[in-house]
Amino acid sequence: MLSDHDHRLLKLIQQDCRLTPEELAIQTGLTVENITHKIREWEDQNVIVQYRPLINWERAGHESVSALIDVKVLPQRGYGFDKIARRLQKFPEIKAVYLMSGGYDLSLLIEGRTMQEVALFVAEKLAPLEHIQSTTTHFVLRRYKQDGIELISGDEAPQRLMISP
Amino acid sequence: MKRFLNPTVASLPPSGIRKFFDLVATMKDVISLGVGEPDFITPWTVRESGIFSLEQGQTMYTSNAGILELRQELTRHLALTLGLIYNPESEILVTVGASEAVDLAMRALLAPGDVALVPDPSYVSYAPCAIMTGADVRYVPTRASEQFRLRVEDLAEAYTPEAKLLVLSYPNNPTGAIMTREDLLPIAEFVREHDLLVLSDEIYSDLTYEGSHTAFASLPGMWERTLHLSGFSKSYAMTGWRIGYVGGHPDLIQAMTRIHQYTILCAPITAQVAAIEALRSAETAKQEMVAAYDRRRRLLVHGFREMGLSCFEPLGAFYVFPDITATKLSSEEFAEQLLHEEKVAVVPGTAFGPSGEGHIRCSYAYSTEQLKEALERISRFVWRRL
Repeated sequence: MLSDHDHRLLKLIQQDCRLTPEELAIQTGLTVENITHKIREWEDQNVIVQYRPLINWERAGHESVSALIDVKVLPQRGYGFDKIARRLQKFPEIKAVYLMSGGYDLSLLIEGRTMQEVALFVAEKLAPLEHIQSTTTHFVLRRYKQDGIELISGDEAPQRLMISP
Repeated sequence: MKRFLNPTVASLPPSGIRKFFDLVATMKDVISLGVGEPDFITPWTVRESGIFSLEQGQTMYTSNAGILELRQELTRHLALTLGLIYNPESEILVTVGASEAVDLAMRALLAPGDVALVPDPSYVSYAPCAIMTGADVRYVPTRASEQFRLRVEDLAEAYTPEAKLLVLSYPNNPTGAIMTREDLLPIAEFVREHDLLVLSDEIYSDLTYEGSHTAFASLPGMWERTLHLSGFSKSYAMTGWRIGYVGGHPDLIQAMTRIHQYTILCAPITAQVAAIEALRSAETAKQEMVAAYDRRRRLLVHGFREMGLSCFEPLGAFYVFPDITATKLSSEEFAEQLLHEEKVAVVPGTAFGPSGEGHIRCSYAYSTEQLKEALERISRFVWRRL
């Protein structure tokens, strides 16, 4: 079980991984040594997998296309869905692979530069794979929120009074 | 036209905050740590329920005491979190912010000749509301050396036989002080011995960073002697909704409701509906806000101590109250010069009563980036004077 302290520390790192152990120590009341040790442990255990920023590519002026693909798969004896999922996750074009409940089995997130590129990947690489029964492609038209962050807010931040009792 | 004014109102001193407010309004690029409200926006689920109620056309008056469903939720909430038992039918009144409840309580209880005992420093409304009833106020000083807790010795010193009401306000604005159960027990004993009533404004109770909050009314024998005031402004970031409440003995609540029915009629229905949602489903959002305040609190206390100022560790609300006497400036001088030289707005401690001298109130209801920038500016200012 994750302790309250650890949970809070991980959340804080997740919100802003640029915070130094010294800054984390000030804000949490834990010691720098304790925090450094914890972080190293989490890195070793792959609890903290990577440190990277959330980039709004659209705003940066970079055009790209994403699609969510519903995939129906024939499960394999002895392996279930694992074998095909592991095979799929090797493709660099595939950014996420989820096993789903409901009407289909796997959900894939694919990114490419153009719709054409994504469509070709699905038609030429994905659909012909053994054990894949069918695919349905849904192109992402706009990203409003990602990883808990609102990408399109537009509204101006409401203003507080400068001084109030 | 001043000759027409009620002399009591005419003699009320202007709020010590007003002067600063006017000054700050004329300046640009000011970082303000002067705000007494959360920087968070009301949790979406709460806003959404208010919007939905408007869409449904819930735009009417409610009963004077507030929507019964809200009073029921409140009694459930108070029982679960503070162990306070109230009857939703007769012992809870929903008000326009806890501020209205302060005014109602003073008017329902005090008459000319009575005395209200008010901790010093404390929130700016208590003394004026008491004075407007024709009563007198006696300040009970609190000190940094005692973590700004109210001590029974100081209470005894300020006491007079005309004293009828004691105001308690913990966690405290502006000091951030809290009172534990052990701290409160001797006060309760004093209250019983001297037959006082207590107005306990516990609006910051959810913002307690160590241990758990003890409601004064939960102490032995204190339920019937206490008006428990609170509201949604601080815990749920709902200042602009203006929604608060008071729980207490039915005789007192009935008297307060009578004034409320003639002056306010009822709290706004949209805010009442949103408050129900806040109690039902904003607990997680609240906990996240509290965790953020706690981190900022540590950041600010650390920052002031690094500057060489003594700063007692506040364990509640969202203010730090550092001691600035090392700069040889008065609270007002400090705040004014800091504003002019470094464009940081803080509130002089004296705005909250004479015992606030030598301190400034800094709110940490700001993002850590803003707090870091403010600390940098303040430390430049302080170093020039040490």
